[in-house]
Amino acid sequence: MTVKQLQELLNLRCISEGSEDRQLEGGFCGDLLSWVMGYGQYGQAWFTIMGNINAVAVAALHDIGCMVLCQNSTMQPNALEKAKEEGIWVFTTDMPVFEACGKYYEAIK
Amino acid sequence: MEAIKFSYTVPGDDFTRAGDASTDLKSKLKKMGVTGAPLRNISISLYEGEINLAIHAGGGEITALVYPEKVELYLDDNGPGIADISLALQEGYSSATEEIRSLGFGAGMGLPNMKKYADEFHIESEVGKGTHIKMVVNL
Repeated sequence: MTVKQLQELLNLRCISEGSEDRQLEGGFCGDLLSWVMGYGQYGQAWFTIMGNINAVAVAALHDIGCMVLCQNSTMQPNALEKAKEEGIWVFTTDMPVFEACGKYYEAIK
Repeated sequence: MEAIKFSYTVPGDDFTRAGDASTDLKSKLKKMGVTGAPLRNISISLYEGEINLAIHAGGGEITALVYPEKVELYLDDNGPGIADISLALQEGYSSATEEIRSLGFGAGMGLPNMKKYADEFHIESEVGKGTHIKMVVNL
Protein backbone atom coordinates (compact mmCIF):
# COMPACT_ATOMS: atom_id res chain seq x y z
CA MET A 1 0.00 0.00 0.00
CA THR A 2 1.21 3.51 -0.69
CA VAL A 3 0.93 6.39 1.75
CA LYS A 4 -1.69 7.97 -0.52
CA GLN A 5 -3.78 4.79 -0.38
CA LEU A 6 -3.60 4.80 3.41
CA GLN A 7 -4.74 8.42 3.43
CA GLU A 8 -7.74 7.47 1.33
CA LEU A 9 -8.51 4.32 3.34
CA LEU A 10 -8.63 6.13 6.68
CA ASN A 11 -9.78 9.50 5.35
CA LEU A 12 -6.75 11.21 6.90
CA ARG A 13 -5.96 14.92 6.84
CA CYS A 14 -2.50 15.65 5.45
CA ILE A 15 -0.41 18.31 7.19
CA SER A 16 3.01 17.48 5.73
CA GLU A 17 3.87 15.80 2.45
CA GLY A 18 6.63 13.45 1.43
CA SER A 19 7.37 11.56 -1.74
CA GLU A 20 4.25 10.81 -3.80
CA ASP A 21 4.88 7.08 -4.34
CA ARG A 22 6.12 6.21 -0.82
CA GLN A 23 5.36 2.56 -0.08
CA LEU A 24 4.34 1.36 3.37
CA GLU A 25 5.62 -1.81 4.99
CA GLY A 26 3.17 -2.55 7.78
CA GLY A 27 2.66 -0.39 10.82
CA PHE A 28 3.63 0.38 14.39
CA CYS A 29 1.97 2.19 17.25
CA GLY A 30 3.60 3.76 20.28
CA ASP A 31 4.45 7.03 21.95
CA LEU A 32 7.71 6.21 23.70
CA LEU A 33 10.33 7.34 21.24
CA SER A 34 13.10 4.92 22.13
CA TRP A 35 10.58 2.11 21.95
CA VAL A 36 9.69 3.20 18.43
CA MET A 37 13.37 3.35 17.52
CA GLY A 38 13.99 -0.06 19.03
CA TYR A 39 11.05 -1.95 17.59
CA GLY A 40 9.64 0.18 14.80
CA GLN A 41 10.90 -0.49 11.33
CA TYR A 42 11.76 1.32 8.15
CA GLY A 43 8.76 2.16 5.98
CA GLN A 44 6.05 1.56 8.57
CA ALA A 45 3.01 3.74 9.16
CA TRP A 46 3.50 5.06 12.69
CA PHE A 47 0.31 5.65 14.70
CA THR A 48 0.93 7.91 17.68
CA ILE A 49 -0.23 10.89 19.69
CA MET A 50 3.31 12.28 20.01
CA GLY A 51 3.69 15.36 17.83
CA ASN A 52 6.80 17.06 19.17
CA ILE A 53 10.08 17.79 17.41
CA ASN A 54 11.73 14.71 18.86
CA ALA A 55 9.04 12.50 17.33
CA VAL A 56 9.75 14.05 13.94
CA ALA A 57 13.47 13.41 14.44
CA VAL A 58 12.70 9.75 15.15
CA ALA A 59 10.53 9.50 12.02
CA ALA A 60 13.25 11.10 9.91
CA LEU A 61 16.17 9.11 11.28
CA HIS A 62 14.28 5.83 11.21
CA ASP A 63 12.91 6.59 7.73
CA ILE A 64 9.35 5.89 8.86
CA GLY A 65 6.82 5.74 5.99
CA CYS A 66 4.40 8.21 7.54
CA MET A 67 3.18 9.51 10.88
CA VAL A 68 -0.51 9.34 11.76
CA LEU A 69 -1.40 11.58 14.69
CA CYS A 70 -4.51 10.05 16.20
CA GLN A 71 -7.38 11.21 18.39
CA ASN A 72 -7.04 14.86 17.38
CA SER A 73 -3.50 15.10 18.69
CA THR A 74 -1.63 17.96 17.07
CA MET A 75 1.87 18.65 15.90
CA GLN A 76 3.78 21.48 17.50
CA PRO A 77 4.61 24.28 15.01
CA ASN A 78 8.40 23.77 15.18
CA ALA A 79 7.90 20.04 14.67
CA LEU A 80 5.63 20.58 11.68
CA GLU A 81 8.16 22.91 10.13
CA LYS A 82 10.83 20.24 10.58
CA ALA A 83 8.58 17.53 9.12
CA LYS A 84 7.98 19.62 6.00
CA GLU A 85 11.68 20.37 5.71
CA GLU A 86 12.52 16.65 5.94
CA GLY A 87 9.71 15.63 3.56
CA ILE A 88 7.95 13.39 6.07
CA TRP A 89 4.31 12.46 5.48
CA VAL A 90 2.23 13.50 8.51
CA PHE A 91 -1.51 12.94 8.82
CA THR A 92 -4.05 13.70 11.52
CA THR A 93 -7.31 11.97 12.36
CA ASP A 94 -10.06 12.07 14.98
CA MET A 95 -9.88 8.29 15.30
CA PRO A 96 -8.23 6.78 18.38
CA VAL A 97 -5.02 4.81 17.73
CA PHE A 98 -6.86 1.52 18.30
CA GLU A 99 -9.47 2.22 15.64
CA ALA A 100 -7.06 3.64 13.04
CA CYS A 101 -4.66 0.70 13.46
CA GLY A 102 -7.53 -1.76 13.36
CA LYS A 103 -8.80 -0.49 10.03
CA TYR A 104 -5.32 -0.44 8.53
CA TYR A 105 -4.54 -3.92 9.82
CA GLU A 106 -7.81 -5.21 8.38
CA ALA A 107 -6.87 -3.79 4.99
CA ILE A 108 -3.36 -5.23 4.77
CA LYS A 109 -3.54 -8.54 6.65
CA MET B 1 43.04 5.57 4.08
CA GLU B 2 42.47 8.62 6.23
CA ALA B 3 38.99 9.01 7.68
CA ILE B 4 36.71 11.96 7.04
CA LYS B 5 35.93 13.54 10.38
CA PHE B 6 32.82 15.35 11.57
CA SER B 7 32.55 16.89 15.04
CA TYR B 8 29.53 18.15 16.95
CA THR B 9 28.93 19.75 20.32
CA VAL B 10 25.65 18.70 21.95
CA PRO B 11 24.20 21.25 24.39
CA GLY B 12 22.81 20.00 27.69
CA ASP B 13 19.08 20.07 28.41
CA ASP B 14 18.06 21.52 25.03
CA PHE B 15 15.78 18.85 23.65
CA THR B 16 14.64 20.90 20.70
CA ARG B 17 18.20 20.80 19.38
CA ALA B 18 18.90 17.20 20.34
CA GLY B 19 18.87 15.43 17.01
CA ASP B 20 20.69 18.16 15.10
CA ALA B 21 23.97 16.24 15.00
CA SER B 22 22.33 12.95 13.95
CA THR B 23 20.27 14.69 11.26
CA ASP B 24 23.29 16.57 9.94
CA LEU B 25 25.49 13.48 9.87
CA LYS B 26 22.73 11.52 8.13
CA SER B 27 22.43 14.08 5.37
CA LYS B 28 26.23 14.27 4.94
CA LEU B 29 26.53 10.48 4.75
CA LYS B 30 23.65 10.33 2.27
CA LYS B 31 25.54 12.74 0.03
CA MET B 32 28.59 10.46 0.34
CA GLY B 33 26.51 7.55 -0.96
CA VAL B 34 25.64 5.77 2.30
CA THR B 35 22.08 4.40 2.12
CA GLY B 36 19.71 1.73 3.48
CA ALA B 37 20.17 -0.15 6.73
CA PRO B 38 23.69 1.13 7.55
CA LEU B 39 22.49 4.73 7.24
CA ARG B 40 19.50 4.05 9.50
CA ASN B 41 21.64 2.16 12.01
CA ILE B 42 24.09 5.05 12.24
CA SER B 43 21.26 7.59 12.54
CA ILE B 44 19.37 5.76 15.29
CA SER B 45 22.35 4.76 17.40
CA LEU B 46 23.75 8.28 17.21
CA TYR B 47 20.39 9.89 17.99
CA GLU B 48 20.00 7.76 21.11
CA GLY B 49 23.50 8.80 22.15
CA GLU B 50 22.78 12.43 21.42
CA ILE B 51 19.62 12.34 23.52
CA ASN B 52 21.56 10.73 26.37
CA LEU B 53 24.16 13.50 26.23
CA ALA B 54 21.39 16.13 26.41
CA ILE B 55 19.33 14.39 29.10
CA HIS B 56 21.88 12.84 31.42
CA ALA B 57 25.29 14.37 30.83
CA GLY B 58 24.67 18.12 30.54
CA GLY B 59 25.90 17.93 26.96
CA GLY B 60 28.98 16.48 25.34
CA GLU B 61 31.00 15.94 22.19
CA ILE B 62 30.35 13.72 19.21
CA THR B 63 33.00 12.70 16.72
CA ALA B 64 32.23 10.69 13.62
CA LEU B 65 35.00 9.11 11.57
CA VAL B 66 33.91 7.93 8.15
CA TYR B 67 35.96 5.21 6.45
CA PRO B 68 35.10 3.47 3.17
CA GLU B 69 33.99 0.33 5.02
CA LYS B 70 32.70 1.66 8.37
CA VAL B 71 31.71 4.66 10.45
CA GLU B 72 33.09 5.10 13.96
CA LEU B 73 31.08 7.21 16.38
CA TYR B 74 32.57 8.59 19.59
CA LEU B 75 30.45 10.19 22.31
CA ASP B 76 32.29 11.84 25.16
CA ASP B 77 30.96 13.73 28.14
CA ASN B 78 32.06 15.01 31.51
CA GLY B 79 28.70 14.24 33.11
CA PRO B 80 27.86 12.34 36.29
CA GLY B 81 28.84 8.94 34.86
CA ILE B 82 27.01 5.62 35.17
CA ALA B 83 27.36 3.70 38.42
CA ASP B 84 26.11 0.35 37.12
CA ILE B 85 26.63 -0.07 33.37
CA SER B 86 25.09 -3.54 33.17
CA LEU B 87 21.90 -2.19 34.78
CA ALA B 88 21.83 0.78 32.37
CA LEU B 89 22.16 -1.65 29.47
CA GLN B 90 19.03 -3.54 30.47
CA GLU B 91 15.96 -2.79 28.40
CA GLY B 92 13.42 -0.85 30.43
CA TYR B 93 15.80 0.55 33.03
CA SER B 94 15.70 4.34 33.09
CA SER B 95 16.81 7.12 35.39
CA ALA B 96 14.98 9.82 33.38
CA THR B 97 12.82 12.37 35.17
CA GLU B 98 9.06 12.84 34.74
CA GLU B 99 9.69 15.90 32.56
CA ILE B 100 11.86 13.87 30.21
CA ARG B 101 9.27 11.09 30.12
CA SER B 102 6.58 13.56 29.11
CA LEU B 103 8.63 14.27 25.97
CA GLY B 104 8.48 10.61 25.01
CA PHE B 105 11.87 9.54 26.35
CA GLY B 106 12.80 7.47 29.37
CA ALA B 107 11.62 4.12 28.04
CA GLY B 108 14.93 2.64 29.12
CA MET B 109 15.90 1.77 25.57
CA GLY B 110 18.66 4.31 24.90
CA LEU B 111 21.78 2.26 25.54
CA PRO B 112 20.11 -1.05 24.49
CA ASN B 113 19.16 0.52 21.15
CA MET B 114 22.69 1.83 20.63
CA LYS B 115 24.03 -1.65 21.28
CA LYS B 116 21.39 -3.20 19.01
CA TYR B 117 21.95 -0.99 15.98
CA ALA B 118 25.74 -0.67 16.14
CA ASP B 119 27.96 -3.51 14.96
CA GLU B 120 30.37 -2.71 17.79
CA PHE B 121 29.54 -0.98 21.06
CA HIS B 122 32.03 -0.06 23.79
CA ILE B 123 31.29 1.95 26.90
CA GLU B 124 33.46 3.25 29.71
CA SER B 125 32.14 5.31 32.54
CA GLU B 126 33.30 6.64 35.86
CA VAL B 127 31.01 8.21 38.43
CA GLY B 128 31.75 11.92 38.77
CA LYS B 129 33.98 11.96 35.70
CA GLY B 130 31.90 11.09 32.66
CA THR B 131 31.13 8.52 30.01
CA HIS B 132 32.88 7.54 26.80
CA ILE B 133 31.18 5.49 24.13
CA LYS B 134 32.53 4.12 20.88
CA MET B 135 30.23 2.61 18.27
CA VAL B 136 31.12 1.15 14.91
CA VAL B 137 28.63 0.62 12.11
CA ASN B 138 29.85 -1.34 9.10
CA LEU B 139 28.93 0.00 5.68
